[in-house]
This record gives sequence, C-alpha cells and structure tokens, in this order.
Amino acid sequence: MGLDIAFWILAVVCVGAALAVVLLRNIFRAALFLVLCFFTVAGIYVALGADFLAGAQVLIYVGAIGVLIIFAIMLTRESRQGSPSGRLRLPALLIGLLFLVTMVFVVVGTDWSVVAEIPTEPTTSAIAQALFSGEEGFVLAFEIAAALILAAIIGAIVLVREK
Amino acid sequence: MLGNFGYIGIFLLAAIGFAASTILIPVTLRFLGVVPRKPNPTKYTTYECGMETVGKSWVRFNFRYYFFALLFVVFDIQVVFLYPWAVHFNQLRLFGLVEMLAFVLILLVGFVYAWRKGVLQWK
Repeated sequence: MGLDIAFWILAVVCVGAALAVVLLRNIFRAALFLVLCFFTVAGIYVALGADFLAGAQVLIYVGAIGVLIIFAIMLTRESRQGSPSGRLRLPALLIGLLFLVTMVFVVVGTDWSVVAEIPTEPTTSAIAQALFSGEEGFVLAFEIAAALILAAIIGAIVLVREK
Repeated sequence: MLGNFGYIGIFLLAAIGFAASTILIPVTLRFLGVVPRKPNPTKYTTYECGMETVGKSWVRFNFRYYFFALLFVVFDIQVVFLYPWAVHFNQLRLFGLVEMLAFVLILLVGFVYAWRKGVLQWK
C-alpha cells in the first residue's frame, strides 16, 4: 500500500520532470529537471527492490551524467538563449513518435519474467558474488571493463588537451 | 531492506520540507502583513555583506573544468565496481583482493598518464 503510493508519486514526478526537460526554453533548468528525472527513476528502482541498481543510478546518472551535462551547458557560450525553435520540429516529432511506438511495441511484446514478490534481501552481495567470484564470476569481463575505462580516460585526455 | 530506504525517504521529505519552509515562511508572513515592507537598495543587493558580484551570472565557464568533470565520470564508474566488491569482500577473500588490485592498477595507468601530461595542474 505504502509502496504503491510511493511508486505513483515517483512516477508522476518522473513523467512531469521528463516533460519539463522537453518543454522548458531555458536549457539549464531543463538539465536540472533531467537530474530530478534520474533521481525519481532511482526511487522507482528502490520501490522494485533493486537497491544496487538504485545506488548505481544515483552514482552514475545523478552524479556523473548530471555534472557532465550541467558543465557542458555552462561551457556553452550562448546557453542563456535556450533552445531556439528550428525547422526540424516536424521531423523530430515524427522520429520521436516512431521511437515511442517502437518502445511500446517492444515493451508490450516482450515476455517479461516477473517475480512473484518483491525481493526483500539486499541484492548488492548477490551481484558481487555473480560478478567477482572465481568459479562462476565474470572476472575477465571485469578486467576488460578496466581496460575500456582506461581507454576512455586516455581518449578524454588526448581530446581535451588539444588546443 | 525497504525499511532502510524508508529512512532515506523520511530524510528526503525533511530536506524538501526544510527548503520549502524557509522560502514559504517569509512569503506567508509578508502576505499576512506581519512583516513590514520597507524596501531599500541595500536589501536588494545579492549579498548584504560580502563581495559585490561583478557582471552577469551567465558567463561562459573556463573549459578546463570540463576535463575534471570527464575524469570524475570515469572514476565514478570505478566506484560502481568498488561498491559491491567492498560489500562482498569477506566472502571473496584473497581472490577478490587480487582481482580488484588488477582493476585499480589498470586504471592507475590512466591516472599516471594524466599526471605526467600535466592535465591535473591548474595553469
């Protein structure tokens, strides 16, 4: 009951924030609403019993991606003018609608495996077991992820250092 | 587990309530006529005491900040791996330690590279 109320509050705030991102002229405020949207998605993960996913969502999306987007806006020269309305409005609407239809089609068509009840145990330890354990873990994939992140660091340094 | 998140929810509500009440209390008191309205130029300055602000707040920020944001994102992703590892550390034992050491060492190469290239210095 309490969970249902929490879910609906989060869902309404999430959709409202997402609409604000699209409709607001001031892109800085739009970015802040995007962060709010990410945060409510984290709340929905909590309501679904996915605590690690919620933590990762807050760390990566609210923390890192939010900071990155806000920095990018603050580094843009004419950010105060917001997003001017262009000629691409109609094509953008069409592509957006196409994307929406595809998403709805896939979501409805997929055979989701649903658990009978919300897991009450913390999931972080189980995820760590699946990821890091020697026998059935994904050790190689984990180390390859390190190499990927390393490539991202060096790529960022090389790109940003060039004047 | 959900109970713990309930506490976070209570904290969140308290934080929102605090922020909202600090804005709404003066507005309500002004509306009710409790607070007198006596405007003067000093009241309308940004900071009553402190440095006067220069220029607009919509300035273009130094582009070097973006670099720190990029590095922050990368190390934030590292934290997502460190977090379940730290929670499960007692069961993983030595194998987990070696595994994470290799992970951190690989990323340390990037950090040393950034250091050597002098991008961490503020010129």
